[in-house]
Amino acid sequence: MKNIISNTYSRKFRGISTFESEAESIYFLLPFKFHSISIDREVLVNEIGDYLIVPQGTAKAIVHREIDFSSNLYRDLVANFFISPTPVPELLNVISTRYRTKKKSLGSFTSLHIFVVTLRCNHSCHYCQVSRAAESKSEFDISYKDLDAGINHMFLSPSEELTVEFQGGEPLLAFDKVRYAVERIQLLNEDFKKEISYVICTNSTILNDEILLFCKNYNILISTSLDGPAFIHNANRFKSGRASYDLVIEGIDRTRQALGHDKVSALMTTTALSLKYPKEIIDNYVENGFGNIFLRPISPYGFALKNQKKNHYQTAEFLDFYKQGLEHILNLNAQGVFFKEDYTSIILQKILTPFTENYVDLQSPTGLVSSVIVFNYDGFVYASDESRMLAEIKDYTFQLGHVTQPYEELFLGDKAKQILNNGVAECLAGCSDCAFLTYCGADPVLHYATQNDMQGHRAFSIFCKKNMEIIRYLFEMLDIRKGYVESTFQSWIHKPAA
Amino acid sequence: MMELRSKGKPLSFTQPIIGRITYGLAAESSILIDHSLDNTDVSDGYLAVLTKRSVTTHLSPIIHSIPSIQPLSEGDVIMMLPNGIIQTLFRVNSLDNTLFTTDRCNSNCLMCSQPPKDIDDIEYYYNVNHQVISLIPSTTEIIGITGGEPTLLGKRFFDMISHINRKLPATTIHILTNGRSFAWKNFTTRFESVNSSNLVLGIPLYSDYYLDHDYIVQASHAFNQTVLGLHNLASIGARIELRVVLHKLTFKRLPELAKFIFLNLPFVEQVAFMGLEYTGYTPHNDKLLWIDPLEYADELDIAVTYLNNNGINVSIYNHPLCLLPKPMWRFSVKSISDWKRHFLPKCDSCLVKADCGGIFATSRKVSLNINPQ
Repeated sequence: MKNIISNTYSRKFRGISTFESEAESIYFLLPFKFHSISIDREVLVNEIGDYLIVPQGTAKAIVHREIDFSSNLYRDLVANFFISPTPVPELLNVISTRYRTKKKSLGSFTSLHIFVVTLRCNHSCHYCQVSRAAESKSEFDISYKDLDAGINHMFLSPSEELTVEFQGGEPLLAFDKVRYAVERIQLLNEDFKKEISYVICTNSTILNDEILLFCKNYNILISTSLDGPAFIHNANRFKSGRASYDLVIEGIDRTRQALGHDKVSALMTTTALSLKYPKEIIDNYVENGFGNIFLRPISPYGFALKNQKKNHYQTAEFLDFYKQGLEHILNLNAQGVFFKEDYTSIILQKILTPFTENYVDLQSPTGLVSSVIVFNYDGFVYASDESRMLAEIKDYTFQLGHVTQPYEELFLGDKAKQILNNGVAECLAGCSDCAFLTYCGADPVLHYATQNDMQGHRAFSIFCKKNMEIIRYLFEMLDIRKGYVESTFQSWIHKPAA
Repeated sequence: MMELRSKGKPLSFTQPIIGRITYGLAAESSILIDHSLDNTDVSDGYLAVLTKRSVTTHLSPIIHSIPSIQPLSEGDVIMMLPNGIIQTLFRVNSLDNTLFTTDRCNSNCLMCSQPPKDIDDIEYYYNVNHQVISLIPSTTEIIGITGGEPTLLGKRFFDMISHINRKLPATTIHILTNGRSFAWKNFTTRFESVNSSNLVLGIPLYSDYYLDHDYIVQASHAFNQTVLGLHNLASIGARIELRVVLHKLTFKRLPELAKFIFLNLPFVEQVAFMGLEYTGYTPHNDKLLWIDPLEYADELDIAVTYLNNNGINVSIYNHPLCLLPKPMWRFSVKSISDWKRHFLPKCDSCLVKADCGGIFATSRKVSLNINPQ
């Protein structure tokens, strides 16, 4: 770098060609990958996730040094770090800062701590991944001793921000454990001073004033399950006595009145029945006052696999459902209804911004252990929610140990290392040279569950198939339906759901 | 346009004098504006005197026989030069005060409104500014630092900021710099020791493509230096306003530039798109630079909308409203300094004149498309 102070301020200005002739007459390739997105278009993606959508054959022309220096494409390629006029780009420091920003989640270690306070439940959903226990069987509740040990581990995490999530079963059937945990965490945090947020994942059917007052006092968020209109929801989520749907809607209303509209969110699971009704499900969410939906395929784990007829469908069928849903959501936005799809938003955040999204399934290195940890009702510690689902069918591959063991043995032990070593997409066959690598992740649990191998084979991976098509589809939309679609997408990334 | 200079006849001084205007209150460093009609000596208690009267002898420094004294307020800071010129350096009732630091620059932008000169003027301006800073009220909201390129002051640059920090701890300091010096880590480290949350750096970026930027600023390596400088500044938490001047050489890649800014410089506090001031080098480079703002409305719209959608604060400076598409009006800021703001006669009938920033009084060429709304 030179810093020449020009001492001849002259009105004989140098022309652009003078500057061009000073530059190198060749260009150098920076790491980038490409993928065909339609018959005549391809997308180029660089190491930090910036993209250019160009005519098919452009990647080849770049590699063969056929790009005209005076073209706009040449400017685009240099400005977006696909090629460089110097062997080492002068803005290498900028690129490395950008790379660190994309991998920011690595810096903080485990933030999401899931406590399965009980396995008891008052529902018998056919897609449930865990074997539920009857409401009365309190031996399926976590012990105070194990709860204490889990909380102690949580405070050993270097992360300044912690999320405590209570799951079940139905965690509110063991509300005494939830109350105990929150109060103990609050007490300990007077010394640790971390940013802590709380979520209770409940079916919302047994919320009462006592529980809601408690949630209000500790600013606890409610995450509930809602699968769409009553005829879908009740078919998916069976409950004896009153139908689940009516109870859930009552619970949502009650929670909103007590805690505020934005304190309750909903999650849906897509069953074989749901596949036919994307619009109805989305409209149901809009009618019930939600500003977002997560179109989520069923997890191929644990007990969910036992009910093949209701739960098994091909990835292609889910993708049709997703695309119809997304189209419907875009139409809603065009009519002035702000509503977003969460999975799309997570991927778009990675595609359209210099930032990333800490969503465990789409992280590389995997977010298992390093972003999320599960303390199960029986005191055993798992790498993720999905990991404990496998354990329910007696597969303990992702069991890290028991909560009474020291922190190092659980979080930094051989099992944790094995999972992490198999969860770096940059090193996985089929992922390392994929154009969508920066937007995607590694999922050792899913690949183990479906292929009996933590790395898995991309050609047979439902994870790969789903993400490749969703990301390709989003690029195609960004290419051919710019304007409105792009500004809607931008609004999803930056505006929180209503 | 308000006159910033007056001239009269000097008496009883040989060196420039800097002081604070008063209409009666005698104090250290105060310069009396004398409206008395008789010939008494009014020097008692004042540093110097300005008067319209004709004076033959005077104990203290005086400039007399001034045909018309510019409107000055109590507290304004002026400089009396031995040749009888009175220069206003600071006006208490203005938000557009700047400290001019040097005529030197390490760039030579094609559209520079104040072309650089190779003069060894750094110590001179430093001393003037040092006195001005000491004389202005601590309630001053904002003060600008400009040039030339202020970072070329080297040690004096940091001295000056320290001095302002000490004397005016609540004042916002707005520095116009090309940011190139901050590419050097040691320069940024020194800057960090004087930086504060009251300090904002206005830094120009004209393209996402390095050669286009280098050509516009007429300096090789300038783009990379500025971008590295921006990153170094971000790493010390500096507040940054990016400035993009709109003309024929910048408008085509505005959408790409907006994308470059959001992806690589998302830490900037604001991006300002600025209309061309038709003065300085610009008339000379008219053929290279001039384009009617209506002709770049589409590119500007795309760039502004993109940045705004992505949560970056955007402003449009130096454009009369009638030259902007209506959806862009909400981003328009009345940015032209009060003493440079001008309207055409036909603007009198315009319904939005009160919200309009007008045009540069200094611009020798204006769009033919200015029309009342």
